[in-house]
Amino acid sequence: MSEPTVANLSVRTESKSSLVSPELRILLEDVHLSFGGRPVYRKLSCGFPRGKISILMGGSGTGKSTLLRLVAGLVRPDSGRILVAGEDVTELSERELYRVRERIGMLFQHGALLDSMTIFDNVALPLREHTQLSERDIGAEVSRRLTAVGLPDTEALMPRQLSGGMLRRAALARAIISDPEIVLCDEPFSGLDPVNVRRIERLLVELNSRLGITLVVTSHHIPSSLRMADQIVFLVDGEAISGTPAELRVSTDERVREFLDAERDDEPAQPGAHA
Amino acid sequence: MQPSATRDLIVGLFVAAGLAAIGYLSIQVGGLSYKGPGGLRLYAVFDEIGGLKARAPVEIAGVTVGQVVAIGLDPSMRARVTIDVDPSLKLPTDTTAGIRTSGLLGDQFIELEPGAEDATLASGEEIAMTESALSIERLIGKFVHDSGVESK
Amino acid sequence: MRLTAVETLGFRTVTLIAHLGRITGFIGSIFVHSVRPPWRVRRLVGEVFDIGVLSLAIVCLSGATVGAVLGLQGYTTLSRFGAANSLGAVVGLSLVRELGPVLTALLVTGRAGSAMAAEIASMLTTEQLDGLRMMSIDPVDFVVKPKALAMLISMPMLNALFICFALFGGYIVGVKLLGVDGGTYITSMENAITWSEDVAGTLLKSFIFGALVGFIATYRGYTATPTSAGVSAATTGTVVVASVTILLFDYVITALWGV
Repeated sequence: MSEPTVANLSVRTESKSSLVSPELRILLEDVHLSFGGRPVYRKLSCGFPRGKISILMGGSGTGKSTLLRLVAGLVRPDSGRILVAGEDVTELSERELYRVRERIGMLFQHGALLDSMTIFDNVALPLREHTQLSERDIGAEVSRRLTAVGLPDTEALMPRQLSGGMLRRAALARAIISDPEIVLCDEPFSGLDPVNVRRIERLLVELNSRLGITLVVTSHHIPSSLRMADQIVFLVDGEAISGTPAELRVSTDERVREFLDAERDDEPAQPGAHA
Repeated sequence: MQPSATRDLIVGLFVAAGLAAIGYLSIQVGGLSYKGPGGLRLYAVFDEIGGLKARAPVEIAGVTVGQVVAIGLDPSMRARVTIDVDPSLKLPTDTTAGIRTSGLLGDQFIELEPGAEDATLASGEEIAMTESALSIERLIGKFVHDSGVESK
Repeated sequence: MRLTAVETLGFRTVTLIAHLGRITGFIGSIFVHSVRPPWRVRRLVGEVFDIGVLSLAIVCLSGATVGAVLGLQGYTTLSRFGAANSLGAVVGLSLVRELGPVLTALLVTGRAGSAMAAEIASMLTTEQLDGLRMMSIDPVDFVVKPKALAMLISMPMLNALFICFALFGGYIVGVKLLGVDGGTYITSMENAITWSEDVAGTLLKSFIFGALVGFIATYRGYTATPTSAGVSAATTGTVVVASVTILLFDYVITALWGV
């Protein structure tokens, strides 16, 4: 199978010079959230700069996935502000959120493709629902995206016929088909073998470098995170510690150290714990 | 099943079969309405109509020739039934209209027994000879009364 | 802190009312989506296939069997009074007024209602519904609406088919096996059953039952706990709640219809 490239994706006109001044495209301020009496976040504040790759890390249960869902408006916080592309999603109705989500693509941990439809129909769905493109044009767009993620011959297959890595790449094709400016990825590397981890890592990096997409990725795969990230946000004790990979690597905060050291020790024997 | 012409065809067949079943039940079994010719309106007055209802059939010798259109009271407090029958019928003026029950559990209907006169009924006229519905209570009362009289 | 009995009762009542409020909101939202485009005809056709066509086998088989049993039982009882000629009427009336709509609804609940709840609940668990939201597609419009409408459409037709198969089953037993005259069977049946009193009622009942099963199954799937146990609970809960509700509504409708 050919290596996936981003060469087939549409080229956007926004320039990449925003790398210099990290304007925050997503900002969380003083967010509190509890689930059933258990606090998840206490006064959480962090930001994700436009056009950069931010990796969210933290032990299991620290609320990484929940943070993505907060940004997407799928979960409402108990208090606090969440600004996404200039709008406070905590104040928007479901209908208004649909509007904001047109600029966001989300890659769920297990793809979340509709299992009763073919891969083609899945990837084509956003276009069929929200645009007036002809079937021929839709077919061309879907083909391009699937080829870009390295799945050119999968259009007629059903989701259950794909492996975990392939499923995620197909879901990525779906997430980017409407040319979003922000892509949220929930544990895209979990349960994958090193070859597939590299594949997805390369895809995400190209998405960011060629198209300037703001990426927020949750992960506990340290090596790829340290390679990819422009910024790492470390979630611990309901709060966020942000910094560049270089800064965090030499962090004196013992919670960060504990996490980084523990994960590094486990690395050689890393099988891909999630089946 | 994946979207396909076959699937659409099967669903179409299902819907057709379902509608046909509903139609059968409504029209054939339920007797949705009398669909023969009508236009000859006649009236009949009864002492007792029992369970006769509007749209009940009107029959001659077991053949449906019309239906009951309306039921009301006439000035002398008897039941006045309006029927609508096939205008090609030539009903003698001494025709009898009787209320019968269909089977053991059935609904009531009107049976016309043509008479022998030459003159025939025209639209708007009244059937003079009528037989009211049989009432079980009256039958029993009559039986008791008669046998009571006999035993004296 | 232990709650007193009164506090528990109060809490339960408030929860129940909140629950009813949510269900009403859910049903209202289905209505709103049903009268607005996109019409989703393709998906509707697919759901009618899954709900209607795939239930045909069990409905028709059960119909024929129930009709045969009715024919047998009816004959035994009626011939004792010398009224075997009314077999058609007895079989027909029982089926049209009660057994048809109620049994069809119960069968369809078990087969299609539970499947509907399970499918929606597992879509919830695998984040497919959230995936739809992220594509700015309302899951109620995309998933729930076609299923509920398909159930509403399919139920009266399945009911009619059940009754027809059952009438036939009764015919086979009564006429071919037990010797009732074929013409008498059919005539007594056709005379006893009227549109306004019986057939209209059966259509109304099956329509209402279809709505009930459609709403209950989709609601339970949509609000299930997103775990495997949650999917299972949604499925069994649907069958139980829908079955009881059907029987309750059957009583109410029958009582009101007779007024």
